[in-house]
Formats: sequence, structure tokens, C-alpha cells
Amino acid sequence: MRFFIRRGTFYIITAWAAVTLNFFLPRIMPGDPVSSAIIKSGGQISPDAINSLKVLFGLDNGQSLWEQYTSYWGQLFRGDLGLSFAFFPTPVSAVIQQSLPWTVGLVGIATILSVILGTTVGTLIGWRRGTKADAVLPVATFFSAVPYFWFGLIAILLFAVTWDFFPASKGYQPGLVPAWNWEFISSVLWHGTLPALTIVVSSISGWILGMRNMMVTVGQEDYVTVAQAKGLKERRVMVSYAARNAVLPQISSFALALGFIVGGTLVMEMVFSYPGIGFVLYQAVNASDYPLMQGCFLVITLAILVANMMADVVYAFLDPRTRQEG
Amino acid sequence: MTTTAPALTHATLQAADPILEIKNLSVDYGFGDDPTHVLQDVSLTLNRGEVLGLAGESGCGKSTLAYGATRLLPPPGVIRGGEVIFTGRDGVKTDILTLNDKDLRTARWRDFAIVFQGAMNSLNPVHRVGTQLIDAIKAHDKTATKQEARERAAYVLEMVGINADRLKAYPHQLSGGMRQRVMIAMALVLEPELLIMDEPTTALDVVMQRQILEEITDLRDRLGFSVIFITHDVSLLVEVADRIAIMYAGEIVEAADAKDAYLRPRHPYTKGLLNSFPPLRGPRRELQGIPGSPPDMAQLPNGCRFADRCPFVMDRCRTEDPALSRTALKMSEPERLVACHLHDGKASEVPAELALQAPQK
Repeated sequence: MRFFIRRGTFYIITAWAAVTLNFFLPRIMPGDPVSSAIIKSGGQISPDAINSLKVLFGLDNGQSLWEQYTSYWGQLFRGDLGLSFAFFPTPVSAVIQQSLPWTVGLVGIATILSVILGTTVGTLIGWRRGTKADAVLPVATFFSAVPYFWFGLIAILLFAVTWDFFPASKGYQPGLVPAWNWEFISSVLWHGTLPALTIVVSSISGWILGMRNMMVTVGQEDYVTVAQAKGLKERRVMVSYAARNAVLPQISSFALALGFIVGGTLVMEMVFSYPGIGFVLYQAVNASDYPLMQGCFLVITLAILVANMMADVVYAFLDPRTRQEG
Repeated sequence: MTTTAPALTHATLQAADPILEIKNLSVDYGFGDDPTHVLQDVSLTLNRGEVLGLAGESGCGKSTLAYGATRLLPPPGVIRGGEVIFTGRDGVKTDILTLNDKDLRTARWRDFAIVFQGAMNSLNPVHRVGTQLIDAIKAHDKTATKQEARERAAYVLEMVGINADRLKAYPHQLSGGMRQRVMIAMALVLEPELLIMDEPTTALDVVMQRQILEEITDLRDRLGFSVIFITHDVSLLVEVADRIAIMYAGEIVEAADAKDAYLRPRHPYTKGLLNSFPPLRGPRRELQGIPGSPPDMAQLPNGCRFADRCPFVMDRCRTEDPALSRTALKMSEPERLVACHLHDGKASEVPAELALQAPQK
């Protein structure tokens, strides 16, 4: 129990630090939407117009940084992340709510697939190292070494243009109304397949390599030899003694990867014009849209924290040594 | 078995009842065109109920011999030839080296169990001690219920002096000595006929060493298994072993009754090894090491492998490899084998310290 309290405290402090940084960082960055509007108009804008822009964006009330900081916390607890500049006047929370499920759904499923497949393959080739199965490695590494945007474009070229298997962009068929019916869901799955596959193919080598190397290391441990000497079935030695221990570092990597799902594979969403949070973040940065940026960053940080917390719990469950009291 | 053993002489035992016969076992390290021949035609016989000590410097092939004979050699170790005949209680002989995978799995732990060198790493850190004990039972006895397996596991734990409630403990919650006991308990859980112990006490302090040795001797008397005890500590062997085999550079250079080997070594290497350890009893004497180091196994010299370090080296030793055979004193010591030109009867003079005679009874 003390373990969880200690970890819990740690996460609360980390969350506070993250939110505070998240508040200050955009304010340290040069530029604001009003000045970018002035620049866009090439100086052909009257002071009155500037003033009304400031009022519009809520930049006129002359609050000190501290007042802004405290009111930011107040708003956070009310679930109010402010209004987006780029999608004015939609609230930030609504923008995020709209885009987040797309990313989490697509990249989440792709990541989980990649982890499960990669770890399984890594287990097998790590267990029988030095056989022909090792040939999987250079192939997988090749695909992860190719820059993703290029890989994505080639995939679109081949599978959406040359052979018309999959749609080239968007999250679903334009013109469909989002609803829980088969027509819409099948369209979503159809549109998600190609981006998901590209993510799996380009990320799987890391999982294979990580697991394979751990399997090779753990395979030399005495307890694996003991398990073999005990006359246990090959499969049982591989799964329950070697893989069971080799998988632990994969869990930490998986937690990190889970956090980054929300940060989105920005490039993927751009290449496939996918309506996810990475794409939104990209637009927010372009428009100096602080509230939206802050909102995105906040969601990303919290997601990473939550993912880490889950990993801690899973880790404690899998590795008794981390449960040590005191 | 053990209750009758003292009544029999060793000679009759040897003829009557071998449990493990290693014949001409050869092991290479490396797969390529130029592998290193670590063991070449090593033969060794273990009799039922006997504790055979295997001693020698680090890297002389003691562990390789044990792992080779049980087919547990990690790559790049390759068994190149030989036979390892195991004779069960029922008298059935099997060659461990030619068993198929399934039969090998069945034989492991039930016929021969192993206590490994590093007690610290022999237990899987993520499974409870009980799980790992029960694992071994379930793998060999499909009919055992969970309850039976648990009781059996608890019983062997108590046998090595650990409270049965420790079944629930994880390895990191046990001390080094306790872990070693758990490993011994685990090795005995199926009542194997042969126990191979690879430096079982090396990582422990002397007090714990003593306790564990006494326990092993005790358990052997009760359960009647045979033991191959591997260590580099010869004076320790004298305490536990009935017979001692000394290895040097991948060969057995001397095999004799434990007391004989200790009090009256024949091979210069045995003598040197004994001089490297303080005697457990008797007057203090200065320790002498053996000058030099073992030969590079990849580039073995012609002739005797010990020639470069031997204080009694002769011209013959540089060209002729001595065979492991009876000594010139064969009448008085029928079961001593030694691989040294000094003892083949042709040497003009055997140094006095290598020709000590047993006191007449």
C-alpha cells in the first residue's frame, strides 16, 4: 500500500509541475494572435481594429501573470480550457473532444497491435536466436529507418492510387453523418486500415528488437537453465521463465508509447489528413492559438502521466521486487 | 543402498553398481572450422550411493563435464562424442546423450537433478518459491493434485530446514543461504538418484558452507542418492567426498579414494592443488600456489598439459601425453588412476612426496 501512496504523491507533484510549465511556456514564446493578425494584414489595420481584436481574444484585461495563473487553475478544475483562437469561438475542450477519439482509436489500436505482434515475434526469434528467423530483423529495421512521411506517401501511392484498395485520406467517407451504425463504423474502419498498417509496420521493429535482445539476455540467466534442467516443457520455459522476465522492460516502453499516442503521430495525421489531435495541434501552433496549444499539451502530459501510472501498477503486479516495502 | 555401502569394499562397489558412466566424452566450444576442444575423451564413473568430488582450477572443465553429461551446455558448447550411461534403480541403462527430447525431459530432475553454481540467480525472481517447486513436480507427475504438490513442496522445504510458510516468499525475500537451501530442496523434490552439485557453497560464508555441507551429507544418508560434487576447494572435498577426481585443462589427471588423494597425492598437480589450500586439521604450514597458469585450450602443447608448470618435468612429458592408468603401485592401490609418466613404472625415480605409502594395517 505504501508503494502506491508514494507513487501517487509523486504523480500529483509531477502533474502540478506539468500544468505550471504548460501555463508559462506559451507565454514565454514570442508573438500572439493579435500581432500575427497585424503582420498578416501587412500593417494595414487600424488601432481600433487591433483593440477590438484584443477584446475579442480576451487579451485586454491587463491581468498580472499571477492572476492569470490562479484563474487558469480555477478554470482547469471547472473543465474550462478557454476558447480556441483558430476555431473561434469553439471552446478548446470541444475541439479536443472532437479530435481525441480519432487519434486514440486509430493510433491506440495500431500501437497495441504493434506491441503484441512485435513482442511475440521478438520472443520467438530471441528464443531461437541464430536461426533463419533472425532474417525478420533487418527487414523490420529497414521499415522503421525509412522516414515515416515518405513511407506514408508511398503507401498511399501504392495502395490508394495505383491499386485502389484503401481511401487516401480522411477519417470517414465525406457526407456520412457520424453515428453508431454499421455504415459509418465500416467507413471509419476502412479509412483507418492503411494509416494503422503503416504505423504498425514502421514501429514494430523497435518492439521486436527490444524483446529479442531481452530474451537473449534472460535466456542466459541461471534460472532459465534450471527450468530446463527441471525437465519443464520447452514452451513453458520460454513463456513462463524467459519471456515472463524479458517482457518487463517492454512494459515501460509501452507506457511511454501509450502517452505519445495522444501526442499523436502528427506526421501520420498530416499525411493522411486524419482528423486527430496531432493535426489540431499543428493548426494551433500555426495560428499561435495558446488556449488550444495549452489544451493539447495538457491532455498529452496527463495522458503520459496516467499511462506511466498504469505501467507502475502493472509493473508492480508483474515484478514482485518493485513491491518491496520501505 | 547407503546402509549397506560401508560393508562393501569400494572395488566391489565399482564393479557391481555404477549409476553414471561417462565414457570418452568430448566437448567443443565453437561451431566453426576451428573449435576449441575443451574436453577430449573424458571418462568417469560414479557408483551408486557415492559422493564423487570433482576438483580443479577455474576453467579446467569441471562444469563443462557436468553440463555436457546432462546436455545442458549453453551454446556454443557442442558435444562431439562419447556416451553417458545412466543406470536406474530398476537396472535399465540409458545413454543420456542419445535420448530424444521428450525422454530427456522426463529423465531430467526425476533421474538426475542439479544444484547450480549461483544460488542467487538460480531462482526466477518473479515467481514464488512454491510455484517453482511445484513446477518441477507438475512437469513430471501429471496426476498430482495441486494440494499434493504443495504438500510435497512443503515437505522438502522443511527437510532442508526452511519453514513451509516460505513457499509463499519471493526469492528476493530470502537470504543467500536460504536460497541455496531452496535450490537443494528443489533438486530433491522428485527424489532423484543422482544429484550434481556445481560449487553449491562457493558464494556462501564458511559458517553457512559448513551447515549446508552437513545437510547434504545428512540427506544423502537418509535418501540414498549419489552425488557429483564440483568445487575448486579440495580440502572441502575431503570432508564430503568418498572419491575425488582431479581435473586439469580438460582432462582427469588423478582419481582416487578421497583420503588417499588428500594424504598421498600421486600427480604433481594434485599435490600443487593441495598445497594451495590450508589444511582443515593438523599443523600450520605455508601455502604454496602452483606457478604459472593453465594452458590456452585453443593451443594445447604436445605431451602432458601440465608439463610447463610441473616441478618434476622430464623430457618425455614434452612429447608423450600420459594416459590415465593404474600406478606402478597398482597392487596396493587398485582403484587409483593417475595420468603421469612418473607413475608408469618406467620412470627412474618417483619423487618421495608423490610416492607416500599408506600405513600398513
